[in-house]
Amino acid sequence: MDLDADLKPAEPLLALRGISKRFTGVRALDRVDLDVHAGELHVLFGENGAGKSTLINVVSGTFPPDEGTFHFGGEDIRHLTPQRARSIGISPVFQEFSLVPSLTVEENLFLGREVTRGGILHAREMRKRATALIDELGFDLDPSQRVDDLSRAHQQMTEIAKALLGRVRLLILDEPTASLTERETSRLFELIARLKSQNVGLIYVSHRMREIRALADRVTVLRDGRHIRTLDAATSTDSELVELMTGRKIDLLFPTITHKPDKVMVDVENLTLADGSVRDVNFHARAGEITGVAGLVGCGKSELIRAIYGIEPIVSGTIRIDGLPYDFPAPRRSLRNGVAYFPANRVAEGLALSRPIRENASMTVLDLPAFARFGVLRQAVERTTIQRVMEQLQLRPPNIERTAGALSGGNRQKVMLGRALTRELSVFLFDEPSVGIDVGAKLEVYEFMKRLVEAGAGVIVVSSELPEVLALSNRLYVMHHGRIAAELTGAEKTEQNVLASFFREHLVAEVA
Amino acid sequence: MSAVVTAGMPRRSITLGRSIVGRIGLLPALLVALVVGMSAIDPQFYGLINILNILRNASLLAIVACGQALVIVAGGFDLSVGAVVALASVVTAKTMAATAAAFPGNTALIIASGAAAGIGCGLAVGLVNGFCVAKLKVSGFVVTLGTMSATAGVGLMITSGIPAYGMPDSFVKGFGRAQLFGLPTAVYAALAVIAAMMFVQRRTLFGRYVYAIGGNVDAAVVSGVSIQRHIVGTYAVSSVLAALTGILLTAQVGSGQASFGGDRMMLQSIAAAVIGGVSLRGGVGRVEIVAISALFLTILGNALNLLHVDSRLQPVFLGVIMVAAVALDELSRRSKARV
Repeated sequence: MDLDADLKPAEPLLALRGISKRFTGVRALDRVDLDVHAGELHVLFGENGAGKSTLINVVSGTFPPDEGTFHFGGEDIRHLTPQRARSIGISPVFQEFSLVPSLTVEENLFLGREVTRGGILHAREMRKRATALIDELGFDLDPSQRVDDLSRAHQQMTEIAKALLGRVRLLILDEPTASLTERETSRLFELIARLKSQNVGLIYVSHRMREIRALADRVTVLRDGRHIRTLDAATSTDSELVELMTGRKIDLLFPTITHKPDKVMVDVENLTLADGSVRDVNFHARAGEITGVAGLVGCGKSELIRAIYGIEPIVSGTIRIDGLPYDFPAPRRSLRNGVAYFPANRVAEGLALSRPIRENASMTVLDLPAFARFGVLRQAVERTTIQRVMEQLQLRPPNIERTAGALSGGNRQKVMLGRALTRELSVFLFDEPSVGIDVGAKLEVYEFMKRLVEAGAGVIVVSSELPEVLALSNRLYVMHHGRIAAELTGAEKTEQNVLASFFREHLVAEVA
Repeated sequence: MSAVVTAGMPRRSITLGRSIVGRIGLLPALLVALVVGMSAIDPQFYGLINILNILRNASLLAIVACGQALVIVAGGFDLSVGAVVALASVVTAKTMAATAAAFPGNTALIIASGAAAGIGCGLAVGLVNGFCVAKLKVSGFVVTLGTMSATAGVGLMITSGIPAYGMPDSFVKGFGRAQLFGLPTAVYAALAVIAAMMFVQRRTLFGRYVYAIGGNVDAAVVSGVSIQRHIVGTYAVSSVLAALTGILLTAQVGSGQASFGGDRMMLQSIAAAVIGGVSLRGGVGRVEIVAISALFLTILGNALNLLHVDSRLQPVFLGVIMVAAVALDELSRRSKARV
């Protein structure tokens, strides 16, 4: 990582002036300025649709700005392409991965810049460099593993490693911790500190206050495609940032939820899954309260609720819904029994992106006679119902005929939530409900859960974000290696206790 | 790579092309241009005989293309349609001949048995296709490539390559070659099929679930949609429509032939679907546009014939237009923004 020594410290590494970008009718960026100095971590802060993604795409050469100037390392840059950006040291890590699933970690790291000798791949050299890089980063990655065999967290690590291969002067991280565990996150933070000391500039997109506090030198707030303000992180307060971002005051991130535990809605006994991701789990969730499930990535917490819903094969154990035995769960039958599931990955499992919002929101409900009779849809009913539901969820813009692919993360989550309001349901399974959505949208999701619980529904929240499950749940299960490691209620429900239960399990495993 | 290519292209022309496509659709514009241009060049083009000829061929192609479109919308592929046209043709003709020998004079029974046998073998091929794709998880491309080969082989075996005759006059003259209000019966059949398919796509659960499955299989699973049943359904519909085309063609020509349909029909049906805006990624496409696109392709072929373009050169045009259609689709997809 060599740097131009003649670069004056006062001169920014990256200087954008008056950058605008229009997409058919939508002004995604409106005369935005941005300076990033070498050795600085600059946070981009804003709601979904504020223009953060567009801005980092412009910086990394994915598409050219319509107007404005772009200086990098003191040079005027025009006609930037992703290849050129990489070659001058701009390295982006996007939320949506740029990995080829069927290739190995190592092949992905070197993709497009393979080490060759006379046109023949130099496998040994690449393996050596890949291993060296992964060791330096302290990631737990096997370079010979195929990417589609990796968990999301490991894919994220691969993506970061890929960005750091070669000469990097400006690293762009778009919500890098979204799928990382606490341990991996702290590794990443160490790495970031090291990069800063090596005079690498960083652009960091995140919604998490804690990360901004821990890492940021300066914060640029964007709203509706416009540059609102750039502040020093040290002298700004959380509420100031959130206020600038939303343009309104938000007092509390987590709403106060009144839990009134009632009858057991979901009762799981000795559940074991076919792939071994969940073993001998006993678990129950009551109506009128939020039951949280915490745990590290890959601990089986998602698989547990997916099995209840009927998309993970079960080998043994029993499930009871509202007291009645529920054998061989399947999504359609779960919905009929009043159980709904909201997947963590809304793009992969939630939405058909080429279809309109209306069709996506009504997808789970069309088996009801109110919506279809003798296989023929009742379109008027569908349209008015979905229109009403999406109005209730404050979809912006309120056009239900837009395709889901044209929506931001927050609006996509609203379409998913809309499914919950179209039919009579009593149990709601949320899998990582706030991944990839901004603070404002998160708040709406939490408020949504609050309304459900206070109306007497049973809500189960699975999350890798500890503060989230701690704040939302009334009772919290901690999972570790496919088993329930602890069940915490009331005052026991603390971050220390959750972390301790991971630790205890580790000790038990080591002793055994 | 793609970013480099687009960056090198003149921006203006892309934007212009896009806005035209966005506003009125490229296909109707091309269709009108073709009709106007050909009418100016060659008066033979708008002669009654030529128009009827175009409509008849376009109808047959449109029926097959509707089925093909349904399969592609669900994220599949049906290469076997051309072979099913041939098989249905020879099976219909042979069955009619056999029934006629057993029950001479009983025209209704003869026609019914022939049509039922033709449609039945189409349904059988479709169910095999659907079963292999849905249950055995073999890709639609491979499965239908296999059944295409097998079906074509069976067709040839039945007839030994010789046209099969022996159908009642009322089937050939009274139906296949008949005209109603000046239009061939195939046109009415096609209109009926298109109308039915439009209804299926827009107003039925089956149609909606086909869009959902093509749009995102995993999301459909999570939403409680039974995937297998609907995939089998798309292949069954496609093959049955291909069989219907085979029967119409048989009635029109007056003999069952294993050379009907074939690769050409299969390729054209895929071309019609793709040019008609059906996305090969699945989840997008409407049959009425596909039908217009079938009409466009038929007129294009007819125009090339009238202009005495070498018949060996004609597939080149088809290929170029198909690739251009997909390229335009990709361009318009890329320019969309998120809100």
